[in-house]
Amino acid sequence: MSAILVYVETKDDQPKKASLEALGAASRLGGDVVALLYGRHARAAAAKLTGSGAAKALAVEDAQRTHFSPEAVVAALAAAAATLAPRAIFFAATSQGRDLAPRLAEKLGCAQASDCTELRSSGDGKVEARRPVLAGKAYTWIRAKNSTLVATLRPNVFAEAKSGGAPAVESMPAPAADLKSIVKEIVASASGKLDVSEAPVVVSGGRGLKEASNWKVLEDLAAAFGGRAALGASRAVVDAGWRPHAEQVGQTGKTVAPQLYFAVGISGAIQHLAGMRTAKTIVAINKDPEAPIFKVADYGIVGDALEVVPALTAAIKKAIG
Amino acid sequence: MKIAVCMKRVPATDTKVKPGAGRPWIDSTGVEYVLNPYDEFAIEEALRLKEARGGAGEVVVVCVGSADAQKELRTALAMGADRAILLEDAQAELRDAQEIAGALAAAVQELGSELVLLGKTGVDRDQSQTGQRVATRLGWGCAIECAKIAIDGSAIRAEREIEGGREVLELSLPAVLSCEKGLNEPRYAGLKGIMAAKKKPLETKAPQYAAAQVEVLSFEMPPERSGGRIVGSGVDAVAELVRLLQQEAKVL
Ligand SMILES: Cc1cc2nc3c(=O)[nH]c(=O)nc-3n(C[C@H](O)[C@H](O)[C@H](O)COP(=O)(O)OP(=O)(O)OC[C@H]3O[C@@H](n4cnc5c(N)ncnc54)[C@H](O)[C@@H]3O)c2cc1C
Ligand SMILES: Nc1ncnc2c1ncn2[C@@H]1O[C@H](COP(=O)(O)O)[C@@H](O)[C@H]1O
Repeated sequence: MSAILVYVETKDDQPKKASLEALGAASRLGGDVVALLYGRHARAAAAKLTGSGAAKALAVEDAQRTHFSPEAVVAALAAAAATLAPRAIFFAATSQGRDLAPRLAEKLGCAQASDCTELRSSGDGKVEARRPVLAGKAYTWIRAKNSTLVATLRPNVFAEAKSGGAPAVESMPAPAADLKSIVKEIVASASGKLDVSEAPVVVSGGRGLKEASNWKVLEDLAAAFGGRAALGASRAVVDAGWRPHAEQVGQTGKTVAPQLYFAVGISGAIQHLAGMRTAKTIVAINKDPEAPIFKVADYGIVGDALEVVPALTAAIKKAIG
Repeated sequence: MKIAVCMKRVPATDTKVKPGAGRPWIDSTGVEYVLNPYDEFAIEEALRLKEARGGAGEVVVVCVGSADAQKELRTALAMGADRAILLEDAQAELRDAQEIAGALAAAVQELGSELVLLGKTGVDRDQSQTGQRVATRLGWGCAIECAKIAIDGSAIRAEREIEGGREVLELSLPAVLSCEKGLNEPRYAGLKGIMAAKKKPLETKAPQYAAAQVEVLSFEMPPERSGGRIVGSGVDAVAELVRLLQQEAKVL
């Protein structure tokens, strides 16, 4: 069975969690898993892939290049794919993965499956992917007609491998590439906190919170999870200017799939559900027992958010304290 | 500057869908179709770029779609686009990303435009692939999910939101840019625009597809989430909720 190639994103010298999940998903499908890392700290990050499921890591260390360029990474992945002839190439469905995967697929003449939530291997060794369409109202299973399947995997859906040895790390020279788009600058958001699309716990608020200053109660609830939680928001409150667009969950915002999702004072409109219905556990707090969010929530409390949430925060602190 | 805007016709997001008979996609009977919401940002941005250049140049909207897509193309013309090209195919809804990108890239080349604007995603298949694929095919630069676009001569500066921050990209024409919500506030087509649109040229051609790559195995509706358990009311329910999160869901 041919290998699966996984692009591992790094932040400084750390592999990103969503990429470790992609390695985990690849290793469970069987056959060799080869990671490719690109950047100034590629080798150092590759050395941290012990137990990730990768048998081999290709580290493309490009000292000259200070700025990230999608064309450079795609050229390296295409070169690796040319020698490996992998049956699949995985990316995390992050802002980088969404950019790179279709470019690589087009370059290689391959099918690409976006934001996959389940994978399987068919009898003939082809990788098949399940992905939501129509904002999660339906799913399709797809595979490549003849060659490799390129896929981006939704963060927080696939488990990391967390076993096995260290990969053999090989340095790979950066292939020549015609760089057309160059990232000049990354302006970190003021908070510097975990992004809502990456957090294992998401605390989202909607119009039911009544005003922006009431977000304090949600911040406290998030803080109870000690750095594992991020804040989310419905579009109604983003449009009202209470919260930044970066926090919006839903069809015109971010898609999240955390372990635990709190929907506080959110009615549960179809476009909001599109962004969070694949969360593992959903908790809804809403004063209206008929609110549609209760139909998708695993657990609901009917009540006033401003009373229930502080009590919940205290109880969670005690429980995980 | 001749700007090509790629736009598609998609089911409205609040419409109910069910699987179609004998095809791995929705049954389109009774489904309301609209202009893809993200494509409205692309059309608006193209109109503003033209206006900022004193109205010089041309905004051409291009769609691979069935004959029904004329309605959405007329909407774009009513907003202010100069002309429309429909790459007509009754089966357009079933084409994969590589096929569509091939047809759009060929149309852009034929048009001789140097800037392509499109939506960041089509809210039907939620793929977010077309822009990147068209750019790769044409060998042009590409920036996706743009929340801000500035073009000075042939230099482009684009910004997009990424996890935990904002990314600033530089590229130059010719280029493909995909548009995110927040880029602008799309205008409404007024009565005057709607009247004017009736007289604007809408040309129909056959799409020149690239080879299909995707094999669709199935199209399914997800099982309803089994949830819906109300633990209780008010503060009194908190203790039980925390117990369930710990012992049943095992997420604490
Ligand atoms: C094309 C399109 C795209 C969209 N994209 C998105 C998207 O990405 N994300 C998104 O979220 N929406 C999106 N929407 C908007 C969506 O349809 C809803 O309008 C929006 O999600 C509603 O936000 P909300 O639940 O905060 O507000 P509301 O619908 O007003 O709900 C407020 C809820 O709070 C409850 N409440 C009131 N007071 C209290 C209290 N004291 N304590 C507890 N509960 C209380 C109410 O019972 C109610 O259920 C989109 C819409 C369209 C047309
Ligand atoms: N059939 C099509 N005709 C014209 N433009 C399209 C078509 N499909 C996709 N696009 C454009 O590509 C963008 C991204 O679509 P997608 O890659 O399908 O998510 C859309 O917002 C449109 O601007």
